[in-house]
Amino acid sequence: MADKQIQDTPEQAAFREQARAWLADNRPGDPPVRLPQSALEIMTQEQLAYLQAWQKSACDAGLVGCDYPVEVGGGGKTDCQRVANEEMLRARTPYFPNIIGLGMAAPTVFYHGQDALKQRLLPRLFSGEDIWCQGFSEPGAGSDLASVQTFAERKGDKWVINGHKVWTSLAHFAEWMILLLRTDKSHKYDGLSYFVVPIRSALGKGVTVRPLIKMTGETGFNEVIFEDLEVDDAFRLDELGKGWQVAMTTLAHERGAGQLVTPRAGGMTNKSSHITTASALVRLAQATASDGATAADDPLLRDRMMQQFIREAGLAANQRRARVPALQDNPMRLSLQNKLLMSEIAQDTAGLAMDIQGAASSLYLGDPNAPAGGQWPMAYMNSFGFTIAAGTSEVQRNILGERVLGMAKSK
Amino acid sequence: MSQPDDFGFNEEAALLKSSAAKFFSEHFSADKLHALVAQDPSPDRAPTVQWDQALWQQMVDLGWTLLAVPEEQGGVGMPLVGVAGLAEELGKAAFPCPLLATLAASYVLTACGEQGHGALADIVNGETATLALSNATGSWSPADTNVVAEAGRLNGTACFVQDAGKVSRLLVCARSQQSLELYWVAANAAGVQLQQDAILDLTRDQAHIEFRDVEAQLVSGAAQDAMDAALPAIWTLLAADMVGAGEWQLQTTVDYVKQRQQFDHPLGFFQAVKHPLVNVMIAIDQAKSLVFNAACAVDCEPEKARQYAHMAKASASDMAVFASSRSVQCHGGIGFTWECYVHLFFKRQKHSEMLWGNAAWHRARLAEILIDAAA
Repeated sequence: MADKQIQDTPEQAAFREQARAWLADNRPGDPPVRLPQSALEIMTQEQLAYLQAWQKSACDAGLVGCDYPVEVGGGGKTDCQRVANEEMLRARTPYFPNIIGLGMAAPTVFYHGQDALKQRLLPRLFSGEDIWCQGFSEPGAGSDLASVQTFAERKGDKWVINGHKVWTSLAHFAEWMILLLRTDKSHKYDGLSYFVVPIRSALGKGVTVRPLIKMTGETGFNEVIFEDLEVDDAFRLDELGKGWQVAMTTLAHERGAGQLVTPRAGGMTNKSSHITTASALVRLAQATASDGATAADDPLLRDRMMQQFIREAGLAANQRRARVPALQDNPMRLSLQNKLLMSEIAQDTAGLAMDIQGAASSLYLGDPNAPAGGQWPMAYMNSFGFTIAAGTSEVQRNILGERVLGMAKSK
Repeated sequence: MSQPDDFGFNEEAALLKSSAAKFFSEHFSADKLHALVAQDPSPDRAPTVQWDQALWQQMVDLGWTLLAVPEEQGGVGMPLVGVAGLAEELGKAAFPCPLLATLAASYVLTACGEQGHGALADIVNGETATLALSNATGSWSPADTNVVAEAGRLNGTACFVQDAGKVSRLLVCARSQQSLELYWVAANAAGVQLQQDAILDLTRDQAHIEFRDVEAQLVSGAAQDAMDAALPAIWTLLAADMVGAGEWQLQTTVDYVKQRQQFDHPLGFFQAVKHPLVNVMIAIDQAKSLVFNAACAVDCEPEKARQYAHMAKASASDMAVFASSRSVQCHGGIGFTWECYVHLFFKRQKHSEMLWGNAAWHRARLAEILIDAAA
């Protein structure tokens, strides 16, 4: 919670002071264009350039990759990314554009890539100069991810890739893709392998990126088609047939259950960025007239707002308790709840905001009278991206029921 | 003031929690609980006080009743995060005893300052106590007390007094001409008439107590202040007990759905069963994390203690109802019977839910802090 002070280690305290001082002087000014609610909906080169410049400067200041070793472009610190994230949130900075790279590709390359590959890829990933995307889902492989059919056929020390990936956020800007594919059709799980693939240089030469339009009307995610794309074997992560295990590292980090804390900035309030917290609901309710008073006086809305405060505080306290071994019986129990809780809390907060707005929640971005520029209805719709992506909430509940509570695997 | 990242849950706290877990698993199984409190299933049974006093004496000998008494008064003065760990284990065992009541009285007495020292010395010497402050409508606000004090003598009735049949002392909230006051009274003093309530929960007892010209010792002339200071700790410990009981409900139900087969699969294979039980786990974890967050606030960030304790009790109350309903439902027909132990925890949780205010009440108070005070 933003209003709570947690005691730091000496290293964290010194780092916090340094980060806070730098942010006070270097937080970027307002963007020249409307920014989307998250990096997943970046549509134009202008939006990207502004956000890339911010990530580069934050990286140069040591706020990105803090806990990675110096040899791969990191800060070589212990548990300081969390501090950097807190300070960037506090300073209401813009978010980072390279969200897939930082949250998923970096830890996967770090844990499964060869040293030369890490040293080549990670510095430009941290700085945001290379944008990354993720090639996991396919038209026939959603929740049942291990049924991916994109196939790589060996040709000497190269691989020839054919297949079709979907929901590929940021592919239209990405230099690199993390790619889960099949190298053996006879084994479902053990037939999978994992590559990093330079896609930008191959556009029109074996790689086609086509935008998909979201229910909000925005683009930002794509389908990516591979037609006889040749890739060097040096871009393979871990052993052949170990793709599923490597993908688990990616997914654990994507769901906030990985070893490494994802660099995360964000919180800038302006016409183009949006915060979905319970505190924002209170401000909204106090500014919304309702039956001669404000929505903040309505007992039912008050109760629902308090439920959101409690869920937020519970999540923050979960994350703290996950670091106290004596207060948990299973180390996976709390971390595996992270993504599920974050996405469902955000969805219910945005949904409640629309209820608070009442009739005015019908107004969307194009209407000059839309409260908060129509951002809440958009946030509500966008929230479904998060309860579906990275394993739907239903898949998350299966995982918790099976891996933590030990119930039989569902089909 | 700031909270330590680990809630201040140190080695001492971890040791207390693990030794409590060991104590209850060795000495007090659910079998024993059922044999102790569930002898008479008749709905109109007369109220009784069933508890294992020999085992309780062992807990007293371990010093658990002194945890909330400050060191200067001869107690342990343990931080609340440590005591909360014990309360969680107590709730998991649903052990009938006046521990939470005595701890609650200790927090109030500690907030009474010097005037409370004599009563705290009684607790150090082995006396147990409970709070007597509710009126017949069940208000948890001390200002609503129905007991009147005049020249050191009490008259009136206190209702919904917890574990009244197990304690030797009463901490009574009474209104005098001047102020709202607290009094320390022996449970067997002349003029004290204790009438047990016939309650749903078999793991507790509850009474209404009539005071007829009872001589009592004044321990505070500012009862509201003392209660306000102690309530966050009282709510938090009750919530911790509920978390422990919820964990028993979850584990017992999960064990059952893993073993019970229908349609050629264990019940837990089916998502209609699996997902609600995962939701119970999520609710328990939220409540548990908020309990330690609130306990740590009481220890290290008192200006936030009330806010976080409201969150903990609201969360625990919703969780308790949900865990209880799923524990019976997922056990199917057997879960609806007296012989299946889930009803013992179901009833304890329903009692805990309303005790010291239900979820909606705590959220309404929280809104006064987070909306009205912030406006």
